[in-house]
Amino acid sequence: MKKDLLGIDDLTRDEIYLVLDTAEAMREIGQRPIKKVPTLRGKTIVNLFYEPSTRTRTSFEIAEKRLSADTLNIAVATSSVLKGETLADTAMNIEAMAPDMIVLRHASSGAGHLLSRICRSRIINAGDGMHEHPTQALLDAFTIREHKKRIDGLKVTIVGDLMHSRVLRSNVLLLTKLGADVWVSGPPTLVPTGIERLGVRVSPAIDEAVTGADVIMMLRIQQERMHGAFIPSLREYFNIFGMTKARVARAKPEVIIMHPGPMNRGVEIASDVADGPYSVILEQVANGVAVRMAVLYLLAGGADAD
Amino acid sequence: MDADRIGRTLARIAHEILERNRGVEDLALVGIRTRGVPLARRLARAIREIQRRDPSTKLGVDPGSSAVDIPTGALDITLYRDDLMRTAVGAQPVIRRTEIPFSIDDKRILLVDDVLYTGRTIRAALDALIEFGRPKAIQLIVLVDRGHRELPIKADYVGKNLPTSVSQSVQVHLMEVDGRDEVEILES
Repeated sequence: MKKDLLGIDDLTRDEIYLVLDTAEAMREIGQRPIKKVPTLRGKTIVNLFYEPSTRTRTSFEIAEKRLSADTLNIAVATSSVLKGETLADTAMNIEAMAPDMIVLRHASSGAGHLLSRICRSRIINAGDGMHEHPTQALLDAFTIREHKKRIDGLKVTIVGDLMHSRVLRSNVLLLTKLGADVWVSGPPTLVPTGIERLGVRVSPAIDEAVTGADVIMMLRIQQERMHGAFIPSLREYFNIFGMTKARVARAKPEVIIMHPGPMNRGVEIASDVADGPYSVILEQVANGVAVRMAVLYLLAGGADAD
Repeated sequence: MDADRIGRTLARIAHEILERNRGVEDLALVGIRTRGVPLARRLARAIREIQRRDPSTKLGVDPGSSAVDIPTGALDITLYRDDLMRTAVGAQPVIRRTEIPFSIDDKRILLVDDVLYTGRTIRAALDALIEFGRPKAIQLIVLVDRGHRELPIKADYVGKNLPTSVSQSVQVHLMEVDGRDEVEILES
């Protein structure tokens, strides 16, 4: 592994499988009466979150604590960022207190790369703007592999706001690296140009895209990133692209439905689908802890000599 | 040690276990990954065989009942190693699953490993095991004791004492992992 985890782009196929296999072992720790191992004792990990987050921040923090690291959370709402400090200055000040790792969530794409250049601490990207969210893609792959026993050759359909989604980008990079047949679908205004160069099939017709799918992954409509009129209304969006039982019926009978959260019920996904038997949305959350433990463990050691 | 010798050694240890523990009721075997696990399974089989042939060894067990299977688990100690994170370069050791599908509370745990050397693996295994509960006792079984202890640790059952120098390495090969049964000493 490299020093930092900034994106799926940095990982080879073998490294992805190493993370997934390590996560299998980590999951068992969460089932013990004492959910803690001494592995990262004495390591300090700073969770630096510039964007609101419940799932990812909690998941990282639980993972860090289960590995016995000392963790602290910096939420921007209560930090000096509000006094006008730049990301680089904040990072250098944190760095001066010698943490071992920084987990960064930031609204700007490439924020992790900036920190990677100026920090000796290992950087884990917990979502940077519209770029990547590597641990989400890894936990999605873990969840898919658990249900389907493989990733190679599966038809995975990703539907929704393709333009603003870092989850999409990381998932496409990962799934195509592992040989899945990835389809994407969404309103033309939210399909970034050139997306087919990533090796995916684009279909504006959701019914075609979900037909015969092994996995359906729904993406959230990210209204906070939409500066302009991309969709006429949320209700119209649901009618055309929302995941309903009728659409799920076009997929394979044993299809699984995924969503990275937070869900907008009635916008991208119907409630009876989100809570339905094929939904693995809460399993994704549970698996997130094990996958993040694996990433923390693998990065905490020495970087590959190169 | 060849396959035959390994087989007879394990049979002997199985007898010793029964003799020393007077029955198997609260015994459980835990093998340390990698090669302690197949050794633990073989010991469980050997003990069952002895009980079948000689029911008098089923002390503490309901008379007339059939042979008792000793619960057997697998322990991966990687996350408890004392040499993790000490080097700045190089990949982390691979972690495998720990599987202890029974409560170890108030059990007599037979911890199994292939080679006893510095004792550091056993130290890590004891720490790992204690997190699963409070066993009544922990006993240590090793196929080979090669000396050179760095910690105050001693095995309760030893297959063979093998005097070695630090420059040598002792390699245990087992059918389940390596496709053959053999213990060899390699010069480095």
